[in-house]
Amino acid sequence: MLGRTLQEVSAALKQGQITPTELCQKCLSLIKKTKFLNAYITVSEEVALKQAEESEKRYKNGQSLGDLDGIPVAVKDNFSTSGIETTCASNMLKGYIPPYNATVVQKLLDQGALLMGKTNLDEFAMGSGSTDGIFGPVKNPWSYSKQYREKRKQNPHSKNEDSDWLITGGSSGGSAAAVSAFTCYAALGSDTGGSTRNPAAHCGLVGFKPSYGLVSRHGLIPLVNSMDVPGILTRCVDDAAIVLGALAGPDPKDSTTVHDPINKPFMLPSLADVSKLCIGIPKEYLIPELSSEVRSLWSKAADLFESEGAKVLEVSLPHTSYSIVCYHVLCTSEVASNMARFDGLQYGHRCDINVSTEAMYAATRREGFNDVVRGRILSGNFFLLKENYENYFVKAQKVRRLIANDFVNAFNSGVDVLLTPTTLSEAVPYLEFIKEDNRTRSAQDDIFTQAVNMAGLPAVSIPVALSNQGLPIGLQFIGRAFCDQQLLTVAKWFEKQVMHVLCKKGEKEKHYKRKKKSLVTSPSDITLRNNIEELHGQNTKKEIK
Amino acid sequence: MTQKPRKGEHKWAAVVGLEIHAQISSNSKLFSGSQVRFSAPPNSLVSFFDASLPGTLPVLNRRCVEAAVMTGLALNCHINKKSLFDRKHYFYADLPAGYQITQQRLPIAVNGSLTYGVCAGKKQSQVIPKTVRIKQIQLEQDSGKSLHDDLRSQTLIDLNRAEGQLRVDANISVHHPGEPLGVRTEVKNLNSIRFLAKAIDYEIQRQINELENGGEILNETRSFHYQLGCTMSMRDKEGKQDYRFMPEPNLPPLVLYDATSLPAGADPQQVINIDQIRETLPELPSVTRERLVQQYGMLLEHSFTLLNEVGLLEFFQNVIKETRAEPKKVTSWVLNTFLGYLKQQNLAVSESPVTPSALAELLDLLDSRTISSAAAKQVFEELWKREGKTPGQIVSEKQLELMEDRGALEQLCHSMMEAHPQVVMDLKKGNPRAINKLIGLVRKATQSRADPAMIKEILEKKLSS
Repeated sequence: MLGRTLQEVSAALKQGQITPTELCQKCLSLIKKTKFLNAYITVSEEVALKQAEESEKRYKNGQSLGDLDGIPVAVKDNFSTSGIETTCASNMLKGYIPPYNATVVQKLLDQGALLMGKTNLDEFAMGSGSTDGIFGPVKNPWSYSKQYREKRKQNPHSKNEDSDWLITGGSSGGSAAAVSAFTCYAALGSDTGGSTRNPAAHCGLVGFKPSYGLVSRHGLIPLVNSMDVPGILTRCVDDAAIVLGALAGPDPKDSTTVHDPINKPFMLPSLADVSKLCIGIPKEYLIPELSSEVRSLWSKAADLFESEGAKVLEVSLPHTSYSIVCYHVLCTSEVASNMARFDGLQYGHRCDINVSTEAMYAATRREGFNDVVRGRILSGNFFLLKENYENYFVKAQKVRRLIANDFVNAFNSGVDVLLTPTTLSEAVPYLEFIKEDNRTRSAQDDIFTQAVNMAGLPAVSIPVALSNQGLPIGLQFIGRAFCDQQLLTVAKWFEKQVMHVLCKKGEKEKHYKRKKKSLVTSPSDITLRNNIEELHGQNTKKEIK
Repeated sequence: MTQKPRKGEHKWAAVVGLEIHAQISSNSKLFSGSQVRFSAPPNSLVSFFDASLPGTLPVLNRRCVEAAVMTGLALNCHINKKSLFDRKHYFYADLPAGYQITQQRLPIAVNGSLTYGVCAGKKQSQVIPKTVRIKQIQLEQDSGKSLHDDLRSQTLIDLNRAEGQLRVDANISVHHPGEPLGVRTEVKNLNSIRFLAKAIDYEIQRQINELENGGEILNETRSFHYQLGCTMSMRDKEGKQDYRFMPEPNLPPLVLYDATSLPAGADPQQVINIDQIRETLPELPSVTRERLVQQYGMLLEHSFTLLNEVGLLEFFQNVIKETRAEPKKVTSWVLNTFLGYLKQQNLAVSESPVTPSALAELLDLLDSRTISSAAAKQVFEELWKREGKTPGQIVSEKQLELMEDRGALEQLCHSMMEAHPQVVMDLKKGNPRAINKLIGLVRKATQSRADPAMIKEILEKKLSS
């Protein structure tokens, strides 16, 4: 049951094959068994069980709220949850218990979803590895897949069983690990420069970033207000569409949501043929740092579209090379501004010094923030100084406009959807990841994802295949603004094709428990789960931070 | 505005710019839905946004935008169809977010003006119309209130933000006419017109003294000490504070429409139409003043006085409605007699014991020559005593009716002339003042019930015969 899709479980609940409480308990049990992954900061066991109880009553009375009723979900710990600690993985908010729910959280709860807990992240969502939070790094569940372990055993350098565990990517790594390890059916992440899509690719999940303005940010503790969106992590595209259907829509509490009516509900048609579709391949995304495996998959995906009748074009996004520095200026500037409220006075951490207000501010902020956050605040304030504002901030805004226009032009030339890699390579081991600092890593890892945030477009990462190391690789689709439905429709078609390819390879007999055509029961998923349970026995005595 | 150089210091001109913080009269705050109410207990009207809880977002209050547009229109400003919001950053305990949302780059209204009157001349009776430029009007978030408890070395913060006061910062500089403007200082947080004037006067003089003694003016912030009557330097910072202005990313540009640009089928709940707002504006003071001058033939300074006293215009117009008397008479009685009594007893128009109807009735009696103007003044004094009597009642009680009987009056004049031969002699000699004495005597004899003009006429006739 835990290995099924959201859609499948929802059907099972409606048919009475399982009750919400049973489902909830199974997930809670698996959360406990997979604690070593460090995916969850807070497990809201009591809350979830109570919600399950209520859901059960509704099902008994034939009054289920919909597809999400009774479905275990997890929420990244930078979304405000009423009565449940919300830390952003920072000392600054350790112990902070918000008095209100983020709009997206409220919407999930209104649909009857069960909140399993708050997931781990990089502190204040700054990072691409989910390694820089105060609760420690998140481990990629794929570190424990049989295939990967076998490959690593061949490596003479590995000292002990667990020294070469992989990062999840970030910053929504906890949410990705939670879904990937089957502890829930969907999770909320956030996406500012790729923070949902990146870990989705590294954990073999669908990671969806909606159009800016489609989903409310009220209650999402902001990193960059003009780029942040809530993100959705699921095991298949249909599941993401179900969640999006619950979340999309204008919110009077968020003035940046759009008021135009959205086609609800988000029912994804099954594309019969793609002959009318035009796929764009941005040539500037073919960079030397791209791993050969990802490049090869990207190429195969393009070929797949072509062979099925779609038009595949090379397009140019000429300002791509400027997007990293532009992003850096705008991101740090907004961060400097957004973090100004953390002064220890109203909520959150406050230091012991009370000699003067200024001294209190300084110590509180030094103690509360890690050096990644402090570094960005200092940079941002520099760019916002009167003498620098024109040369940095305004210039970056202008470049941002050019980058956004690149996409507009590409779409205007007849392209419906762009196809790009999501990440440079598969997930890397933690020990290798930390050889470079957060800023360097972010600049490298966000390269395919962050221009999308600058342009406010929808994008989705779809798991495509396993690498030679047995690790998931994803590819990204980018759509026109507010054409989220069309984007997901194309993604769904592609997902189905990938399944067929896998099936054709004859791995189906060997690894499938059931003859189901869903990506969740892809070759490694079952293996993964079995291995996690196996490994749990080995790891119970270890102190995993 | 540029002031005239002060007496004796012909070589200096001062330039003063005022930054006026005025709270909009609305039910809820500018960006959050929490209420606005005076004298509420501290921190009892604070929403999650006001407390700057992480994840909260500002939502613009429609009523505040409408108020800003109305203010802009009333001040002859150009209303910007598109205006922007910015963040102004500084750390202070009463600013929980660490920044204030304001309109620095592109405010809602610009380039306006206000005409006002300056009292001058003898007895301050002359009113000189002046105009001041309005540079801009911007919507801005208010900070909380700080209460400094020096005894316990702590500061208490109230985030309700219903200050309800006008707050003014004055920017002052001096220069020699013809030369570039001088360095300016800012005097902050002045709460009354009186102290504002004192502070500005003091600062202008301080700067002049400083410069005449070879010193220099620092571009700094100063505060005004009410007891000492002087300004003192506030910040010891090197250089000015950099507020690191940045566009407010959570508020899209504020777009306003007018009749020509309003998109077809637009939801009236979602848009603001400047022309529609203009129609809801009441008559503006300058228009009213102009109308008063045209309609009633009063002097411009009279119109200023009428408008500057709360409720006086309405009082005046009600009297006009009910009386047959000439408008000029009404003006004179309202501005001199009525207003005089009010000021003497420090009363507001609303507290007046004399109603417009009562005054109208009194003026009718005067107009119909039922009583003399001296008698009318007496009646007014009686009315002011608030004994509930009408003018008519007072007149009959005190027998103040004008003497109608010409014959009786002639008789009286005759006897008065007989009784005072010396005065008559003076008169015949050509002394003009003597007649006034005679008139006075006759009047007294009639207990002021005779019209002095008639007395004079009768006496002159008698004398010439």
